[in-house]
Amino acid sequence: MRTSLKWIKDLVPGLEATPREYTDAMTLSGSKVEFYETKDKDLDKIVVGEIKKIERHPDADKLVVCQVDIGGDVVQIVTGAPNVFEGAKVPVVLDGGRVAGDHNKGRAEGGVKIKKGKLRGVESCGMMCSIEELGSSRDLFPDAPEDGIYLFGEDAVVGEDAVAALGLDDTVIEYEITSNRVDCFSVLGIAREAAATFGKEFCPPKVVETGNGEDVNDYIKVRVEAPELCPRYTARVVKNVKIAPSPKWMQQRLRAQGIRPINNMVDITNYVMEEYGQPMHAYDLDTIQGRQIVVRRGQKDEEFVTLDGQTRKIDESVLMICDGEKAVGMAGIMGGENSMIRDDVTTMLFEAACFDGTNIRLSAKKVGLRTDASGKFEKGLDPNNAIEAMNRACQLVEELGAGEVVGGVVDVCQEKRESRRLPFEPKKYNRILGTDIPDEEMLAYFARLELAYDEKTNEIVIPTFRQDLESYADLAEEVARFYGYDRIPTTLPSGEATTGGLSEKLRIEKIVRNVARFCGFSQGMSYSFESPKVFDKLLLDPDDPARRAVVISNPLGEDFSIMRTLPLDGMLTSLATNANRRNPQVRLFEMGNIYLPKQLPVTELPEERMQLTLGMYGGGDFFTMKGVVEEILSELGMRKKIGYDPKAGKNFLHPGRQAKVLYDGAVLGYLGELHPKAADNYGIKERVYLAVLDMPELTARADFDRKYQGIARFPAATRDISMVVPKAVTAGQIEDVFDKKGGAYLESYRLFDIYEGNQITLGYKSLAYSLVFRSAEKNLADEDITAAMSRILKALEAMGVQLRK
Amino acid sequence: MKEKLQEITKKALEQIEAAEEINALNDVRVAVLGKKGELTAVLKSMKDVKPEDRPAVGQMVNDTRNAIEEKLAEALEKLQQAELDHRLRTEEIDVTLPAHRQAVGHAHPNISVLEEVEDIFVGMGYEVVEGPEVEYDYYNFEALNIPENHPAKDEQDTFYINKDIVLRTQTSPVQVRVMERGRLPIRMIAPGRVFRSDEVDATHSPSFHQIEGMVIDKDITFSDLKGTLQEFAKQLFGEDIQVKFRPHHFPFTEPSAEMDVTCFKCKGKGCRFCKGEGWIEILGCGMVHPKVLRMSGIDPEQYQGFAFGVGLERITLLKYEIDDMRLLYENDTRFLKQF
Repeated sequence: MRTSLKWIKDLVPGLEATPREYTDAMTLSGSKVEFYETKDKDLDKIVVGEIKKIERHPDADKLVVCQVDIGGDVVQIVTGAPNVFEGAKVPVVLDGGRVAGDHNKGRAEGGVKIKKGKLRGVESCGMMCSIEELGSSRDLFPDAPEDGIYLFGEDAVVGEDAVAALGLDDTVIEYEITSNRVDCFSVLGIAREAAATFGKEFCPPKVVETGNGEDVNDYIKVRVEAPELCPRYTARVVKNVKIAPSPKWMQQRLRAQGIRPINNMVDITNYVMEEYGQPMHAYDLDTIQGRQIVVRRGQKDEEFVTLDGQTRKIDESVLMICDGEKAVGMAGIMGGENSMIRDDVTTMLFEAACFDGTNIRLSAKKVGLRTDASGKFEKGLDPNNAIEAMNRACQLVEELGAGEVVGGVVDVCQEKRESRRLPFEPKKYNRILGTDIPDEEMLAYFARLELAYDEKTNEIVIPTFRQDLESYADLAEEVARFYGYDRIPTTLPSGEATTGGLSEKLRIEKIVRNVARFCGFSQGMSYSFESPKVFDKLLLDPDDPARRAVVISNPLGEDFSIMRTLPLDGMLTSLATNANRRNPQVRLFEMGNIYLPKQLPVTELPEERMQLTLGMYGGGDFFTMKGVVEEILSELGMRKKIGYDPKAGKNFLHPGRQAKVLYDGAVLGYLGELHPKAADNYGIKERVYLAVLDMPELTARADFDRKYQGIARFPAATRDISMVVPKAVTAGQIEDVFDKKGGAYLESYRLFDIYEGNQITLGYKSLAYSLVFRSAEKNLADEDITAAMSRILKALEAMGVQLRK
Repeated sequence: MKEKLQEITKKALEQIEAAEEINALNDVRVAVLGKKGELTAVLKSMKDVKPEDRPAVGQMVNDTRNAIEEKLAEALEKLQQAELDHRLRTEEIDVTLPAHRQAVGHAHPNISVLEEVEDIFVGMGYEVVEGPEVEYDYYNFEALNIPENHPAKDEQDTFYINKDIVLRTQTSPVQVRVMERGRLPIRMIAPGRVFRSDEVDATHSPSFHQIEGMVIDKDITFSDLKGTLQEFAKQLFGEDIQVKFRPHHFPFTEPSAEMDVTCFKCKGKGCRFCKGEGWIEILGCGMVHPKVLRMSGIDPEQYQGFAFGVGLERITLLKYEIDDMRLLYENDTRFLKQF
């Protein structure tokens, strides 16, 4: 919403404030000012002048020398403008003055200073200005020449301030109005807020009765067939229309609102739309067949040509304004070409209606046409505003002598909106605010907002334009706004103490994030939605359950259309980004949800499972990643044996380099090297290692209960064994033997050599382990260890393992 | 005898004096004081001394031994010190050579800020809770006093799974879920991912994060809201920060406000960073709407409270002066390394 400050000051005569004071105060009382522009901030010493005499420049063909009367004095100005003539009244910037910018280059920061000087040897004391040099445009001043000096009308007074004569002595303010304050999408609404903010009197225009002795009902009949979409429809008729330019004051106000003046009738409807926030429409009554208006829903596949000449497709959801035969307008959005006002119009039908806001919003979207009018209607207007705006428009028609208003109003009004009443509850307001504001002070704030107090019933009467005030909390806000948010005390909550903290889930996630970081992984973040093409990129089988995804019905595009069921695409895309940018040795992790539907189509919320995803390339291998996984589990107190099953069944991983991570009977996740084909699909040339851990499984098994074990007092005994092992036997199987047969004294074991090659028979590999035995109670005797070793060796031999001597 | 001892002493002291290595000193010790040493030999010859002279001679031998041992110890210390000095001198390194880093990873800037925010509120007794990212329309809208046909529910803003299920557009539904648990009083914050149908550009992302906060108790007031959020801003941005509350509108709070803080760059004077305003908008807040309380089973006559919502990315971008939101989701390690 935008208003001219001058217009506001005209409606609030006592208001004296600089633009800065005004905007600060309005922002603090709830009408947030986005920005303001003081139109004349770069204009200085500019007056209306009259060209008395024009002579040729002695040394330049394209320049002329003008003697310009600036109100008493005559100054000499040299100009190259082609449109000057003797007797022309023009804006003149005097020596030492400033203009807003250059004719061709537009506005200049801080303006341009004009000084007396010589042009080709002839003295020039100032400059005559184009509209652009005055900081405006031909868009708002269509009468200004394309190339040349702005020319005033006959009525301009020589010597007067030219900036004021053009109405540029104004500040334009842009507000951010919240959706609940429909009333503030109008100059009157803003002025009412300004009056309340500054505690000054609000003087809206007095609307008088208009119309001749005739009855409008003899001119037009209105029938509303879709009352659910049209709570009110009012119509009046103006005959003997005399199209002419509107008066200067109206043009100036429209310009300040950023609207180009056109003619008196168009300007009146635009003016009332700005003033009351009520869009109006004018039809040429002679084009209305059967002298009747029917408000109905559109028909399936109906087509309609709007004012702008475009053909629009309509359906039953769009409300149409029709005459006896055909549609003449799309309700609240745009009129039709067929009933457009032309300059030869003689009788006009004015429409001011209230349409269902939601329907207008949806219709405007459906036909792809959002207009100033639909923008107002979609906020849900006050039906009572329609009649007030209608009568105001007719008053202006009479004032401007633009036509003869026919007596009476057609008012098809299904919904009479009455004032709402709310109890006056000052204690509640103070209780919410934490203040101690006296009753009378509150009532004074209400009075400024036209919220009357009914002493008899102790009620506040809410006018219909304040549809947003529904409860005591709303009234508390009105009190707070004018008492001043800044004056409300600043306290901290008292009352029962609470213990704050993170949930166990969040605490564990934090630990895991930290371990990942200490292992060199930086945290990335990627989107929760992705493309269904991801499944093919990851080489999933056609029936892979991961392909069952939650689908977004209105995605931003196919690439963002499903909720991820695997946490890999974001990671692989990020790794690819890094690889393409030649970042060496990248380690990333992400902590984010996957979304698993409980059924398809979805009827209840999907399961959201937090996943830790680790990805890396350049530096490190499968076992590096395995080490990170084990660091994480260890930090979570998961001290039991971790198992690795090479049959992880992940198509996107290297078939010989993947493993499920097993712990305590559960699958915690998987890790492996990215399948070369999948790497290709992401355009990554490096070997990529991935690990995915399911956080709920980790959280369920994390164990922070730690007990001191005592430090061994007796010495350890070490035995090394070196074996030749069939290739198919894994280190894990060998270690299982140690675990099972090692007995109570086997403290730990460590692989210290692995070898395949020349000295070893084909199909075999050599493994060497160091086993550590220790007792907590005694010095171990040789027999204790030998017994355990022989159990181990026996079991190994059964697996085809030979001891190397 | 006396001459003999003097001779031993003299010779020993000369050798000690001349020793340049610790081994040479050991040789002296063995040669003089050892089992077969000269002084030991003297002692052994004591049996030839007259019994009445023995105490005096014994004393002399002992004095000689002590004198030599003392010199040996002195010399030893000197040589050890020289050796150490030599070692330290030769072990000098160029400390400006490159460090061997452990390559610790980096926290995402969003998470660094989030953890800071969490710490502040946990310190004030707030519980950190979560809610589903795919949420029922009821919790995301209706229970927050955003009725059917409200413009905020428009498909332009909201991703729908079906007519009842949406990707949450805000973290506010967590308020409702916590109120429905029915345990009062409540002090909570709820950080999390939210989704809006915005095309990706430097200032928009279809997926971002909010931190919701809510306090409900018997006598919570708007002034408590002001005090709490002022405290929050001062802890997050520094003691010298000023806050300003402006009236605003949210369907689920009344009265509502937006909070601005003084620009951290120009401290309120006005600069390019804050577009000359001196203030930067940080969050939306307000008193929980009585309708919302009632819908969640809380009697607004007994309990009231405040709620607020902060855009995490907004704070992150401001705090670290990041000029393009897309950087947060690209995961370029050259970006992440800076945090």
